[in-house]
Amino acid sequence: MPISTAHKNYDVAVIGGGMIGPALAIGLAERGMKVCILDEGDDVLRVARGNFGLVWFQGKGFGMPRYVEWSRRSAKLYPSFAAELKENTGVDIGHANPGGLELLLGDEELAHRRHFIGQIYQQGGGNEYEVEFLDRKQTESMLPGIRLGDEVVGASYSPIDGHVNPLFLLRAMHTRFQQLGGTYLPHHRVSGVVKNGQAYDLQTAAGTVSAPKVVIAAGHGLRELGPPLGLNIPIRPQRGHILVTERTQQILPMPMSAFRQTREGSIMLGVSAEEAGYNDMVDTATIAKIAQRAGRIIPALRNLNIVRTWAALRVLTPDKCPVYQESQSHPGIYAVASHSGVTLAAVNAKVASGWIADDPAPEEFEAFSSERFNAQKTA
Amino acid sequence: MLKRRHSDSEVVAITVDGVAVEARAGESVAAAVLVSSSEATRTTPVSESPRAPYCMMGVCFECLMEIDGVANRQACMVQVAPGMRIQRQLGARDLRGAE
Ligand SMILES: Cc1cc2nc3c(=O)[nH]c(=O)nc-3n(C[C@H](O)[C@H](O)[C@H](O)COP(=O)(O)OP(=O)(O)OC[C@H]3O[C@@H](n4cnc5c(N)ncnc54)[C@H](O)[C@@H]3O)c2cc1C
Ligand code: FES
Repeated sequence: MPISTAHKNYDVAVIGGGMIGPALAIGLAERGMKVCILDEGDDVLRVARGNFGLVWFQGKGFGMPRYVEWSRRSAKLYPSFAAELKENTGVDIGHANPGGLELLLGDEELAHRRHFIGQIYQQGGGNEYEVEFLDRKQTESMLPGIRLGDEVVGASYSPIDGHVNPLFLLRAMHTRFQQLGGTYLPHHRVSGVVKNGQAYDLQTAAGTVSAPKVVIAAGHGLRELGPPLGLNIPIRPQRGHILVTERTQQILPMPMSAFRQTREGSIMLGVSAEEAGYNDMVDTATIAKIAQRAGRIIPALRNLNIVRTWAALRVLTPDKCPVYQESQSHPGIYAVASHSGVTLAAVNAKVASGWIADDPAPEEFEAFSSERFNAQKTA
Repeated sequence: MLKRRHSDSEVVAITVDGVAVEARAGESVAAAVLVSSSEATRTTPVSESPRAPYCMMGVCFECLMEIDGVANRQACMVQVAPGMRIQRQLGARDLRGAE
C-alpha cells in the first residue's frame, strides 16, 4: 500500500469505524472540526456488522442509574437522528419505536425479571421508569394474530424500546460523515500512538496521521491500544449468536428482545451469551437452543426455515455499563467502550461528541469513568 | 414453454394451483411445473418481482413453491409424488393462523 496519508493533520483522529466511532465523528464534523476515522479491513472482529439492531431501554443500567438515563436519552433522540440521516444521505435506517416486549416463560422467569426490573426502578430513587409488567392476556392483546406458547406467563414492556437495521445505520453514518467533510481511512490499523509536540502521531502501515485529539472507539482493539496511553480499561469479549429466518408477511408488531422482525420480513432470533474468548465461530448446540426457545414462545416460528446464522463478540466492561474516559497521562486521548453501541448511536452523535470538542461533560458522565474499576480492585 | 424431451417413466398425477398436471416419476417438482406452464412460479417477498426455477440444482433458491401445504420449499430439490399439491409462492409466506 502506498504511503498515502503520511503526516496528514486533523483536529481529531477517531480510531475505529464501527458503531461508536462514526457516531462520535459525525457530531465532531457537525461542529466544523476536521476529523478522520482510521479503520481496519474486513477480516477482523467488528461488532458493528454482527449485532441484533435493537434500540433497547428496558433492563439497561442495572447498578448504574446514569446509564438508565443515558439509554433513555439516546432512545428519545433516535427519531430525529434517523430522520436527519435519511434526509441527508437517502439511507433509511428503518428506525421504529413501537415499544418492546420481553416475553417470559414460566413463573420463575417472571419472578426473576420482576426482581431485576424492580431493582433498576428502586436504584432510580422513585423516578419514573418506563417499564411495566403485562400478564398473558395483556401480552396477547398486543400481539394480534399470534398464538403464544402455553408456557408464556407474561412480559415486561417498555414503550421506549425500538429497533433499526444496523447495517443501514452503519452505512448511513459513514455516508453522513463523509458528506460533512470527514475522511475515512480503511486499512489503517493503528499500531501505536506517540506524542509529537502539541499533537499525537498515529502510526499505521499506510503512513502516519497526526491530530491533537484522538478518540479510541476501536471495540476490542482498545485492549491493545489503551494501556500504553494510560487507558487500562478491562473489557472482555462475550459471544452472542443470531439466527435469521426466511421472510414472512409482517407478524411481529414490535421487537421482543430475543426476536424481532425486520421491515423486509425476516425474523431475527437471538441472542445467546457465552464466555468463549475471542472465538466467534458458530456453535450448533447454542443455535439449537435459541431456536427451541423461540418455538416455545411463538410456536408458529417452528415452521420457518433458518437462512443464516452467525456469532459475534460483545465488548463488555465488568459491570456491562459504558466507559467514556479521557486519559490522565495523555490528555486529549479519549476512550469509549460499551455494549449497546446501536442504542447509543444517537446520543453519541448528538451529545457525547461535545465532550470531545471540549463542551462540559454531560452530567451522566460522572458515572462513566473507568476509575470505578480501579476503585473496586483496591477496595 | 419448455418441453419434456421424452420419458418412459410412469405418469404421476399432481396439481399445480388446483389444476391437474401429469408429471413423470423421478422428476422434480420444478421440472414438472416448467413443462406445464411458462408462468412465474413465485414472486419475491419484498418487491414481488416474478421468478422461476433457474439453477435446477438447489443453489439459487429461485424455485421456492408451496408443496403439500409447506411454504418456501425448493421445488427443484423435491421429487414429484402421486397426489402432490403444488402452489405458486406468491410474496412472503404468511404465518398467521399457523401453529
Ligand atoms: C450478538 C450481538 C448482538 C448485539 N445486539 C445489539 C443490539 O441489539 N443493540 C445494541 O445497541 N447493541 C448490540 N450489540 C452491541 C453493539 O454491536 C456494539 O456495542 C457496538 O458494535 C460496539 O461498537 P464499537 O465501535 O465499540 O466496536 P465495533 O463495532 O467492533 O467497531 C470497532 C472498529 O474499530 C476497528 N479497530 C479496532 N482496532 C483498531 C486499530 N488498532 N486501528 C484501527 N481500527 C481498529 C475495527 O476494525 C472496527 O471496525 C450486539 C453485539 C453482539 C455481539
Ligand atoms: S432452481 Fe435454483 S435452487 Fe431450485
